[in-house]
Amino acid sequence: MTSEEIFTQLSPIITLYLPEDVTKDQIELQSDLTAQLNINSAHLVDIVLDVEDAFDIEFANEDMEKMRTVADAIQIIQKKLESK
Amino acid sequence: MKKRVVITGLGVVAPNGVGVPEFLEAIRKGTSGITFQPKLEALGFSCQVGGVPIISEDKKREYFTELQLRNFNSNGILYGVMAGMEALADAGISAAKNDEQALWDLGIVFGVATSGVEKFRESIYKLDDKKVRRLGSTAVVQTMASGVSAYLSGMIGAGNSVTTNSAACATGTEAILMGYDRIVSGKATQMLCGSTGEDGPYIWGGFDAMKVITYKHNDEPTKASRPLSATASGFVPGSGAGAMMLESLESAEKRGATIYAEVLGGSVNSGGQRNDGSMTAPNSQAVKRCISEALAEAKIQGSDVDYINGHLTATVKDPLEIENWCEALGRRGTNFPFINSLKAMTGHCLAGSGSVEAVSTILQMRHSFVFPNVNCEDLHPEITKLIDTECIPLSCIKADINIAVKASFGFGDVNACVIFKKN
Repeated sequence: MTSEEIFTQLSPIITLYLPEDVTKDQIELQSDLTAQLNINSAHLVDIVLDVEDAFDIEFANEDMEKMRTVADAIQIIQKKLESK
Repeated sequence: MKKRVVITGLGVVAPNGVGVPEFLEAIRKGTSGITFQPKLEALGFSCQVGGVPIISEDKKREYFTELQLRNFNSNGILYGVMAGMEALADAGISAAKNDEQALWDLGIVFGVATSGVEKFRESIYKLDDKKVRRLGSTAVVQTMASGVSAYLSGMIGAGNSVTTNSAACATGTEAILMGYDRIVSGKATQMLCGSTGEDGPYIWGGFDAMKVITYKHNDEPTKASRPLSATASGFVPGSGAGAMMLESLESAEKRGATIYAEVLGGSVNSGGQRNDGSMTAPNSQAVKRCISEALAEAKIQGSDVDYINGHLTATVKDPLEIENWCEALGRRGTNFPFINSLKAMTGHCLAGSGSVEAVSTILQMRHSFVFPNVNCEDLHPEITKLIDTECIPLSCIKADINIAVKASFGFGDVNACVIFKKN
């Protein structure tokens, strides 16, 4: 799966967790999920669960620690898909 | 000088009415909210009826965002938030905006018996399946006892004490008195007080096993809850939430808020499970002390009371409750005040009962009526020996209620009694 394809699938998942004052157009590859998109850090675990369901993969604790930006998430997903 | 405390907002989610206007109409008419519960039947319960508020998906979205509703499975929090936010709006108080300071003088006491039992069950299944990480971020906030207060606080921006009390079926009445105390002592100006009770088999199962809920009316749900009746055979489980905004008189007048009633005072105590008191039965001496102390704090006499909103659950203890009222107020026969029990229409909303019933009390004062006692055409003979049948209206009557008393008694032998005065 290309990173563009992953982004297309990932974007609506992230959108669900955006606070009211952030719109989905603001989701970019380099966006920091908590610092820039203002997502409540408690919700990162929920995003990971949704991603796991959508891509049929499983994150390790270390993967979650590395996931700061949208691009990080795409990279982790891509790796997981390749090693499937 | 002691601050005076008034009620400036009401909210309610009850089995027979969601929101104050619908609930007001229901209690005037004696409309029952008790229905057959197929889930209880499927699980082999003896009692298969219950009181459950009906809330559409659209209605939920008036209070919660899509994100908040994701993996949301706690009907106690749902009812509590709806009632609490209705009371806030009714009081004409706006929530703090996100970039504003918290409302430092507004606090919350919102009581529960349990929180998110359905959510807890769901979590336990995942855990036992070795999927602890699948709980995500939603399990803790929905199952912590203070979940409902925390949700409300986030929506309102409350900056004073935000807490949850728990005193079994006395919870709701106790919450009002806790908020009252905080305003009297000058530590808060506005306190959103209420309580919420969850529904469903996992909450009600223990009561079914104890045989304290009725199994005799599964085929006629609206007749099942029979407080004061000779054929009362146990309570009907119910659920829901009530809320009221308590506020210092000073603040309410300054804002030009509508004042529904004044909280004159009250009392909370326990029978210590001594004498005739136990884990499940009240110590009559403590009940009477609680009522007497409430009268004393409110600086009124038993003879001043116009109306009692009873605890009256439809168990064998109803006659004893009436006897305790007679002795505590020093009144009996035709001299007894009006009394009724909301539980005939809603079932016993457990932790939610005190606050839902307190809302019904204020509405009767405000609109000058006493709602009908339903399902007690056959009054218990022990009760009619103590008080005149005229004191127990079977249909809705017009009445000026200047002083009303609400009391609740709970497992653990705990009592709470609050006194309201019409504004």
